[in-house]
Amino acid sequence: MSGGASAPLLRIADLSIAFGPVKALDGAGLTLRAGEIHALMGENGAGKSTLIKTLTGVYAPDSGRFEFEGRPVAPKSPRDAEAIGISTVYQEVNLVPTLSIADNILLGRQPTRFGLLRKSQIRRRAEAALGRLGLKLDASRSLSSCSMAEQQMVAIARALDVKAKLLILDEPTSSLDEREVEFLFGVLRRLRDEGVAMLFVTHFLDQVYAVSDRITVLRNGRFVGEHPIAELPRLKLISAMLGREFAEMQHLAESAHSAAAGSRAPLLEARHISHKGTMNPVSLDIAAGEVTGLAGLLGSGRTETAKMLFGVTPTQTGEIKLGGTTVKIASPRDAIRLGLAFCSEDRKTEGIFPDLSVRENMVLALQSRRGPLRLMARKEQDTIADHYIRALRIKTDSAGTPIKNLSGGNQQKVLLGRWLSLQPRLIILDEPTRGIDVGAKADIEKLVQSLRGEGMSVLFISSDIEEVVRNCQRVVVLRDRRKIGELSGPDVEAGRIMNVIAHHE
Amino acid sequence: MSEPLARVRAWFQGGTLLWPLLGLAALLAFNLVWSPGFFSVELREGHLYGILVDILNQGSKVMLLSIGMTLVIASGGVDLSVGSIMAIAGALAAALVTRTGLPFVAVVPITLLAALLAGFGNGLLVAKAGIQPIIATLILMVAGRGVAMLITGGQILTFDLPAFVYLGNGHLFGLPFTVTIVAAVLAISVWLTRRTACGLFLEAVGDNGRAARFCGINTTAVKLLVYAVSGLCAGIAGLIATSNIKAADSSRVGEMMELDAIFAVVVGGTALTGGRFSLVGSVLGALLIQTLTTTMQNLGVPPAISPVPKSIVIVAVCLLQSAKFRGQIGGLWKGKARP
Amino acid sequence: MKRLLQSPDLPLAATLAVLAVLFTTASCLYDGFFSMRVVANLFGDNAFLGIAAVGMTLVILLGGIDLSVGSVLAFSTILVAKLIGAGWPPLAAMALAIAAGTALGLAMGWMIHRYGLPPFLVTLGGMFFMRGMSFVVSLESVGISHSFYDRALDLGIPIGGKGHLSLPAILFLAVFVLGVVLTHFTKFGRNVFAIGGSESSAKLMGLPVGFTKVAVYGLSGLCAALAGVVATFYMGSGNPAFGVGFELDVIAAVVIGGTLLTGGVGSQAGTLTGVLIFGTLQTALVFDGRLNSWWLRIAIGGLLLTFILLQKAISSRAATAQTTH
Repeated sequence: MSGGASAPLLRIADLSIAFGPVKALDGAGLTLRAGEIHALMGENGAGKSTLIKTLTGVYAPDSGRFEFEGRPVAPKSPRDAEAIGISTVYQEVNLVPTLSIADNILLGRQPTRFGLLRKSQIRRRAEAALGRLGLKLDASRSLSSCSMAEQQMVAIARALDVKAKLLILDEPTSSLDEREVEFLFGVLRRLRDEGVAMLFVTHFLDQVYAVSDRITVLRNGRFVGEHPIAELPRLKLISAMLGREFAEMQHLAESAHSAAAGSRAPLLEARHISHKGTMNPVSLDIAAGEVTGLAGLLGSGRTETAKMLFGVTPTQTGEIKLGGTTVKIASPRDAIRLGLAFCSEDRKTEGIFPDLSVRENMVLALQSRRGPLRLMARKEQDTIADHYIRALRIKTDSAGTPIKNLSGGNQQKVLLGRWLSLQPRLIILDEPTRGIDVGAKADIEKLVQSLRGEGMSVLFISSDIEEVVRNCQRVVVLRDRRKIGELSGPDVEAGRIMNVIAHHE
Repeated sequence: MSEPLARVRAWFQGGTLLWPLLGLAALLAFNLVWSPGFFSVELREGHLYGILVDILNQGSKVMLLSIGMTLVIASGGVDLSVGSIMAIAGALAAALVTRTGLPFVAVVPITLLAALLAGFGNGLLVAKAGIQPIIATLILMVAGRGVAMLITGGQILTFDLPAFVYLGNGHLFGLPFTVTIVAAVLAISVWLTRRTACGLFLEAVGDNGRAARFCGINTTAVKLLVYAVSGLCAGIAGLIATSNIKAADSSRVGEMMELDAIFAVVVGGTALTGGRFSLVGSVLGALLIQTLTTTMQNLGVPPAISPVPKSIVIVAVCLLQSAKFRGQIGGLWKGKARP
Repeated sequence: MKRLLQSPDLPLAATLAVLAVLFTTASCLYDGFFSMRVVANLFGDNAFLGIAAVGMTLVILLGGIDLSVGSVLAFSTILVAKLIGAGWPPLAAMALAIAAGTALGLAMGWMIHRYGLPPFLVTLGGMFFMRGMSFVVSLESVGISHSFYDRALDLGIPIGGKGHLSLPAILFLAVFVLGVVLTHFTKFGRNVFAIGGSESSAKLMGLPVGFTKVAVYGLSGLCAALAGVVATFYMGSGNPAFGVGFELDVIAAVVIGGTLLTGGVGSQAGTLTGVLIFGTLQTALVFDGRLNSWWLRIAIGGLLLTFILLQKAISSRAATAQTTH
């Protein structure tokens, strides 16, 4: 090619796509060059995944220009996209766990002779593909015997086997530990030197700065800007992603800390609770009327700790005291009876009942605490539903609407209503703002502060350190499934938390 | 689209009772035109006789099975073993009656307890061992008839105990006694599911079992219970089927009835994926099947061929419940398909 | 030990072990059981079960289920018998029966794929439909008398001892070999495993998911219809009421053979072993004479239970091994 390094491999402009009345992309744009790692940033709902799905032919755009290697293209399926050189590695590894590594790398394009698979050749080619990534694995092993990081590498090897010119990595690091992330980045750099273009989507800011060359920011389906990494410091990136909401959030942070409390009597004391293979022994106190944060990177054991407290994962060692007395929490039922509530990070599989109405979703936990025989009167159910629909500003046609018809943020608020209606002594909020729009996010953060005001204890878990800082008076820091530090009062600030995470040995 | 039309459409899509009612009405209308004697009911010796009464009587077994099956399907499972449990219950009752001379009032609870335990066994496999419902109940479906024959020694046990014969052939309030049984079972189960929170818990477990556990619902207990109830309903149906022919015929009793029951539940508007359920819908679905069978018998179609229209109804119902198919049809109406 | 428990071959090994134990026990208990004749008959008498099981294995590997095989089998027998009675050449009658079974399978597969309908219900519909259609062809069973059949029954390959592989047995082995090649040595077979393992991944990998699904149900219909043709050799007649509950035997044989009903894991070799276990039990009951036929049902149920619990134990063991990895 005569254009040299500066000729764009992919150029997208004015891309728009609407689902019903919702515009998922509204004039989005993206330019990629060969041999670069390009970060695609944006809040949830910014249109990142829609853009990726358009690139890979899952969605057809309503309008816009889409050029690859200087020619207009319009892939109609992932297969089409692969054929022109665009491959994708998805967030949840999309491979077949029951098949071998070699099968997974070559499925659909295995070499055959007379229609029969050439098994030894398949294995050799798979191992060669892994070797290109600097990996030595027995390709005949079953994929289900591989670690998450190995599976990620297999997914990348599969993507590269089609001679991909553009590799899309959608949240590839979300289930990897630091060492594995480092290894992955090594692989990405190696591929960059070979001239592969990579589109890297992640919500870990550190990783963006560690590996990318340029950043494109999307907001509300629109193109906000494209910058070389050196010209876009963190704060600017964040405000580009959040837009004007950023100022409002900072304001909230100040109000939370002005009310920071001194030492109060602990409501819940956990001592050396652990579950083999899930979480090492951890001790923590949660004070009455305080918001305690659990901070740490993904996989540090935040959700695991919460699930032990709520009886989802049985504790194998240690004890839990509630209000000074030792309690046994063997199931969520026990936890609810003791006045605990747990709003899971996994709204879809651990939260909503999609076909049931907003009202039923809201009263189920309370009804379950009262037992199966005394059905709550319809009037009481309506009162509770109406109360939280108003108090949490839930947008729904009526309390009778199936919850699946609501947006993610409103579903989240219904679930909050479910747990608040129990009037718990302690509510555990695991990533309460994940996957919801900025407005709902601010609503939920305001709610957390008002709950504290009412004397409820909150255990607040979030991978967004800024959010933890804004909301919590005390922060327990986890790393590698252990507690490594605790900060309280004025010490609660992003820099210190990151310091603890980064420098603890 | 105009407002009333939209409301009618919403009812079509949301209202579970509408489809079976509509199907039933269509069949009855067909009979009104084509088979004049269909609606005549006469009173003899204080008992009502007629085709409509026969439909209620003959449909009673599938109606009972469909009540238990609805609960199992609502929990996200399925129970293939009900036909075999019917055979076991029939065999056990006949053996007790002919061989031990126990009074019938003692035989009934023993038999029903056995059926309940059989269902409970299914529940253990599903809820405790975590085995897929189709497989877990397949085991008893395969082995159950063998067990029934073991009880009867492979013979067809005949009996003439009046109380036992009355169960499936007697009359109460001018109607076959079986109608009373079905009405009672239906009333109790509707009351238990809708006047307590059991129905809501069941729908929650079927809709999202993990989330139900997080809400503090004892999902294991719910599942154990529904399979046990399904076994119990099958036990009652088995007693009726055995009483009908005054004999325990282990190889034929309840043959293929599990499939009729599943069919009735699906026609009645309960999705196989679990969650929302309608007991009344399922009973209407069972009535629809029986009416279909009787109508064809009336027209002189050999009973052996009756599965053909049944299969067409099953596939039609499946298609109507399929979002993709509705999208296509809706697209035809509006001229443009939605994404 | 841990490695052994995680080995994907364990279920197959366990199935083989059960077959060996059963066969040895029966050989010790009954005079004349241990002979090539019995072995040859195992294949001949279970040919139609085995042929249908080859198709069912593909369906179950795909993550589906096919309840229609018993009815398709019956339809095939009665159609062949009726057409031969009406003067058709036998091979043409068989070809039509096989085409009908395949067409039904393809139609069911298309509905399952195109409209996302549950395979359980669609094939239940297919089961009712074909059972009814069998009776439409004839309400009674129909005998077959044709010189072709006489000649076909004389065919056979001696395998030593007094053993003699009959035509059904030969057909069974041929279908089995084809099934092994298709399932384990072609792209198509790998795609079946991939879809059964994770359909959404298979789609994102760009595999021909729709084609594969429709084709697998078509193949299952084909196998079931061919099983019906083979059954006419065995019975010398066609019967519209034949094979009620046959689908259960087929599913049981496949599951005992170590194929997981969740899809994605299993083998044709396992299915063959499952069919032979089925046959060995049946033959042993015949040899015994004191035991009644219902013991077969109970034994099959017991075996199913044991194998399913075993599979469960293995998969949960593997799962814990994975999390502690």
